[in-house]
Amino acid sequence: MRIGVLAVQGSFSLHARMLNAIGVKPVEVRRVSDLKDLDGIILPGGESTAFQIIMNTDDLGDQLHRKLQSGLPAWGTCAGAIILGHNKDGPLPGWSLVDIEVVRNGYGRQVDSFVAPLKVSGMAGDFQGVFIRAPVFLNPGQEVDVLAEFKDDPVMASQDNLLMTSFHPELTSDTRLHEYFVQHFCVRSDLGDKKSA
Amino acid sequence: MRDKSLPQPEPGKDGFLLKVGLAEMLKGGVIMDVTNAEQARIAEDAGGVAVMALERVPADIRKEGGVARMASIRIIEEIMSTVSIPVMAKVRIGHLVEAEVLQALGVDFIDESEVLTPADEANHVYKHDFRVPFVCGATCLDEALRRIGEGAAMIRTKGEAGTGNVVEAVRHMRRVMSEIRNLTLMRKDELMAEAKRMGAPYELVKEVAETGRLPVPNFAAGGLATPADAALMMKLGAEAVFVGSGIFKSADPANRARAIVRATTHYQDPEEVLAASRDLGEAMPGLEIAQIPAEEMLQKRGW
Repeated sequence: MRIGVLAVQGSFSLHARMLNAIGVKPVEVRRVSDLKDLDGIILPGGESTAFQIIMNTDDLGDQLHRKLQSGLPAWGTCAGAIILGHNKDGPLPGWSLVDIEVVRNGYGRQVDSFVAPLKVSGMAGDFQGVFIRAPVFLNPGQEVDVLAEFKDDPVMASQDNLLMTSFHPELTSDTRLHEYFVQHFCVRSDLGDKKSA
Repeated sequence: MRDKSLPQPEPGKDGFLLKVGLAEMLKGGVIMDVTNAEQARIAEDAGGVAVMALERVPADIRKEGGVARMASIRIIEEIMSTVSIPVMAKVRIGHLVEAEVLQALGVDFIDESEVLTPADEANHVYKHDFRVPFVCGATCLDEALRRIGEGAAMIRTKGEAGTGNVVEAVRHMRRVMSEIRNLTLMRKDELMAEAKRMGAPYELVKEVAETGRLPVPNFAAGGLATPADAALMMKLGAEAVFVGSGIFKSADPANRARAIVRATTHYQDPEEVLAASRDLGEAMPGLEIAQIPAEEMLQKRGW
């Protein structure tokens, strides 16, 4: 199992720590060659404009975009989610791979950042949602499964091979969402590979 | 706009997690000094992770002298309405009301900075009282731990701002990292005496001894001017870099900004740092530290 963590900037080392904690060896992704043989990839928190601009310095942005379109499982947290959804707030648009609108910093600036307990679909007990200059998700399309909400808006959603959260599980010590991503998204791609082989 | 119905974090617990959390999101990135909206746009388009809104960059403060204060509200507001990345601004050391003003304005991070003229010769701001996170400069581990004790959510080296000379940032980063390593070698029963000697909070000394790292992100600042400078600081243990005068005092700011971002992401890859170092135009003119009179050394401000 090779799970990549986009490492151009942001909370990639925290995600890598969480993957290590559940026995999955993370692969830091900074160049096109790092995308080889991945079973999934996490797009971490950070600044989505910086991610896109740095990825566009070489071919990494295009190659990653193509891999996600052709089914590579991916989980975007906060900045990563902004890249996956429909977003028009920054200098570069999101990739619109998940049919959901994403409003950057929709909950406000840093002084409005907050922590709230969340009910995640299919998960017992609360999950601590850490929202930092978080995006708001709006108007999920029919293909989108909403997996958690805060004040009636989605904060965790998925569509096909893609998962997105507007909060930061990597800032907690709770590895359940990392296990969920690996088991429900990445393991499936293992099976898919075997079928096609 | 601020939504009053959002949960209010408790200052000590969730509040500190949120502050350190934003610092975590800036890791691996470049924070750039800007003095107007146009420069802020250039910084964002170059892939900067945040901008520091200033009235004058440190090189000009150094040259022009006089009392350097918090930037004008108009400039900060203009920059906040121009970019989508976080906006930081500086307050004078100990000037808690400048800090309250910036928090009310909604800036995302406050730098309690030695680059401005100190407002208090004895005390720094008590930063746990604020919702907005603070970054503070440090020249050594004990200074860093005092600032974290007061509530700083990020530490940066002081370096010597406005010089384009990275030597002081290197000195400060090497010192902090080596003092951290030394703590990890000590026996538990030596740590209280060490905390006393350092003049740093015991709980934080103990934490650093156990974890081998600062309790908050550790960034570099003060004199960085080239992509190689940024990569050097990352190699020495910095988790992100601030570039002040180095970008907008150079011949080609947009290109240099992009190049420094690239070198910071790929600091472990000399081929990438080489690529980032090509065709940059002139760097800012540098200042030899020995030529700066002792009373003009910014890093001596604060304790």
